[in-house]
Amino acid sequence: MAIEVRNVDKRFDDFVALDDVSITVQDGALTALLGPSGSGKSTLLRIIAGLETPDGGEVLIGGRDVTHSPARTRDVGFVFQHYAPFKHMTVHDNVAFGLSVRKRPKDEIGARVKELLSLVRLDGLAKRYPSQLSGGQLQRMALARALAVQPQVLLLDEPFGALDAQVRAELREWLRRLHDEIHVTTIFVTHDQEEAMEVAQEIVVMNAGRIEQAGPPGELYESPANEFVMSFIGPVNRLGDAFLRPHDIQILPEDDASGEEALVERVVRLGFEVRVELKLHDSREIWAQVTRENAQELELREGQILSVRMPAPRVFAASSGSARPALRA
Amino acid sequence: MSISSAAGVGRARGAPASGSGHAGERAARARTLGVRSIALGYLALLLLAPVAMIFYRTFEHGVGQVWSAVTQPNAQHAFWLSLEIVAIVVPLNTVFGVGMALLLERGRFWGKGLLGVLIDLPFAISPVVVGLAIVLVYGKTGWFGDWLAGHGIQVIFSVPGMVLATAVVSLPFVVRETLPVLRELGTDGEQAAATLGATPWQSFWRVTLPGIRWGVVYGVVLTTARALGEFGAVSIVSGRIEGQTETLPLYVQDRFENFDLTGAYAAAVVLALLALATLLAMNLMTRRTRRRAQA
Amino acid sequence: MECPLPNSADTLAIRERRLPLLGGRGSGVLGKGLLGIYLTALVLLPIAALLTKAVSGGPGAFWREISSPEALAAIKLTLAASAIVVVVNAIFGTIIAWVLVRDDFPGKGVVNSLIDLPFALPTIVAGLVLLSLYGKGSPVGIDVAFTRAAVGLALLFVTLPFVVRSVQPVLLELDLSMEEAAASLGAGPLAVLRRIVLPSLMPAMISGVALSFARALGEFGSLVLITGDLPFKTEVGSVYIFGQIQNDSLPAAAAVSVALLLVAVVVLGVLSFVSQRQSRHVL
Repeated sequence: MAIEVRNVDKRFDDFVALDDVSITVQDGALTALLGPSGSGKSTLLRIIAGLETPDGGEVLIGGRDVTHSPARTRDVGFVFQHYAPFKHMTVHDNVAFGLSVRKRPKDEIGARVKELLSLVRLDGLAKRYPSQLSGGQLQRMALARALAVQPQVLLLDEPFGALDAQVRAELREWLRRLHDEIHVTTIFVTHDQEEAMEVAQEIVVMNAGRIEQAGPPGELYESPANEFVMSFIGPVNRLGDAFLRPHDIQILPEDDASGEEALVERVVRLGFEVRVELKLHDSREIWAQVTRENAQELELREGQILSVRMPAPRVFAASSGSARPALRA
Repeated sequence: MSISSAAGVGRARGAPASGSGHAGERAARARTLGVRSIALGYLALLLLAPVAMIFYRTFEHGVGQVWSAVTQPNAQHAFWLSLEIVAIVVPLNTVFGVGMALLLERGRFWGKGLLGVLIDLPFAISPVVVGLAIVLVYGKTGWFGDWLAGHGIQVIFSVPGMVLATAVVSLPFVVRETLPVLRELGTDGEQAAATLGATPWQSFWRVTLPGIRWGVVYGVVLTTARALGEFGAVSIVSGRIEGQTETLPLYVQDRFENFDLTGAYAAAVVLALLALATLLAMNLMTRRTRRRAQA
Repeated sequence: MECPLPNSADTLAIRERRLPLLGGRGSGVLGKGLLGIYLTALVLLPIAALLTKAVSGGPGAFWREISSPEALAAIKLTLAASAIVVVVNAIFGTIIAWVLVRDDFPGKGVVNSLIDLPFALPTIVAGLVLLSLYGKGSPVGIDVAFTRAAVGLALLFVTLPFVVRSVQPVLLELDLSMEEAAASLGAGPLAVLRRIVLPSLMPAMISGVALSFARALGEFGSLVLITGDLPFKTEVGSVYIFGQIQNDSLPAAAAVSVALLLVAVVVLGVLSFVSQRQSRHVL
């Protein structure tokens, strides 16, 4: 099911959560809504789900105008940030809930639940209660529950936010593989740009209730539309109005002085990657990103004076950095 | 000066006071024991001794007398009437309580504060005043007096009035106990149910209600205890007609005024036992909710 | 950017408040209507009738009713007894809460449960219970029946749980490190108590005091037997009201009822105000 959001506005008392927002999500796509806290991404997701009603604009799912339809008629699966488990029900009953509410026959429910628990790798935990599960298991249960009724659209609100790094990484991988298997239109909300880049096919970058840019991860990284997108996605050096990617800064070997002079202030070794904090001769401070081998070759150390070569930095036209919302597939 | 003196004032859950000086330790222990004796002594004099006394006095002359007192027809009638009233009032106030809690917590309208005050009002008013107010509305000379008489409905001096009075005095409990639990439950579960296709009723029945059930049950226990023990309001509203409109608490007073101490004590002991059963239920429930909170 | 960005917690809070009520359109209105009718029939109408009756003869009559010698005596006794009892409760209630939270001894659980006994026990039984030990034929030779002391005794019994249950949870949550810090800075146990613990407990104590006071003002059942209801001696406000109802002097009964209600409202209002000011600093 394709999703279309047209000119949606939403206010909470004085606070403008969404301002004339429009996006299009293609059928079967895996899209991320990316932005900082308060950008409106969760609100947008909830409006698509039917958990909030917009003050203006329309929402269409599969061509049908659902703007004023309640959540339960929209056939969307929703996964909450804190899983929203039914604590008094077993895992089995949680997953079965949507089906039992539709009064499906018992054996049909039993078979489907079993299938889903297998899919999310929670076999054998059917009789447990949510309080007995770990965060990662709860999240998978929440997913199974949402998928049980075969929704046309799957929406996830910061699904991995409350988990620790290792589990997060595993689940990200797993979500992508799940989407490869079940081509349901999926939108997930995150504030973690790495997560969006890794998982999504399309990213919609939001800020202060507006859409900054929408497109595939590569495009957002290589051709950011404005300051905000460039700073939000990927590491960046800011030099006044100009922006520079740390890995674009080339550190020349000691005997080569053809570039700009810079003092190595600090060398931070982060495993594969090495951050080099530099001070240019005009006192501006930037940092460069080099590989481990590179760092070793250059024999980087604090106090070293080296030469660096930088490409022309990127400058953006408008200073506030809010581009008009882009319509993308 | 030393931390040990603070430890004496602080938690002493069976662990020995961590102390530097023995004198400090001894003083701390003395203080603890002193405070403990004051508290326990007060409780013993005010609470325990009198309750023990009544059990003693009742069974002083043997169980036989107690049994015959308890099986008197008027006593029996009073007992069953009390239970009947409780059986009507508790479900009514429970439905009201849960509904009100939902309204106060999830609804959006002006005047919630006023509503809260109205619901809590029965707490602040003397039961006697409650009885008076009910008579002023539903009594013969009350606001609805003529209308009720015209329809042949007798409220005051009969069971409906007693049910009404009991309902008023025990009104706030379920609301008060359910509200915080409802607040803590949050709306996530209900939202999830909505996205899964549940109607509001299904969502309430299968997600909300199970989620708040301990608050509701605790409120029900308190309501039951209050309804069972109600005296002042019912005293006014019922007219205390022997064998007809006497609840068990009213019966106790009746026996006492007729110098039938045995009868009074016997009925009192029955009520006291029911009260102890209530305490037990309350205890079990608070322990269960505490265990849950730790899980 | 027109407006400052709240953090997502704020947005969530705003969102929660706006969730539609559980009932759908139709059933929602019906449900609310039924609740409203129930509340009106049980609370709103009776209170309205009471207020109406009290002022039915005009302010002059109202004043006359509550200043009749017997009424006045009853009101004064009620206020005085309630005030004294409340102070005693504040002290002993806090001590008991302290022992239940900070101390440990065999049978503590049982004692903790028994605190609620005055809640659970019918008031008439409470009166009888106190009478059996502290009335005529008392095995310990204390006979306070038909005296003012009996009023105090009964009120102490029925208001016992309020301060205790108010203070207990606060005491449980109290951060021990505050007391430890004070001790490490040289404060002795008494100073720690006076300057750290009690101020933190003050809002809860005041709340418990308010509840005790309201309860004491209106107490009836536990007093009828042990005090003998002697006018001008041991007759409290609620008993006076009861008597007036028996005599079919409903305006007098209503007047005194409203008077006591007003006292309760004023005192509770003041206490609530004081408590809020305290908690602003403590919490």
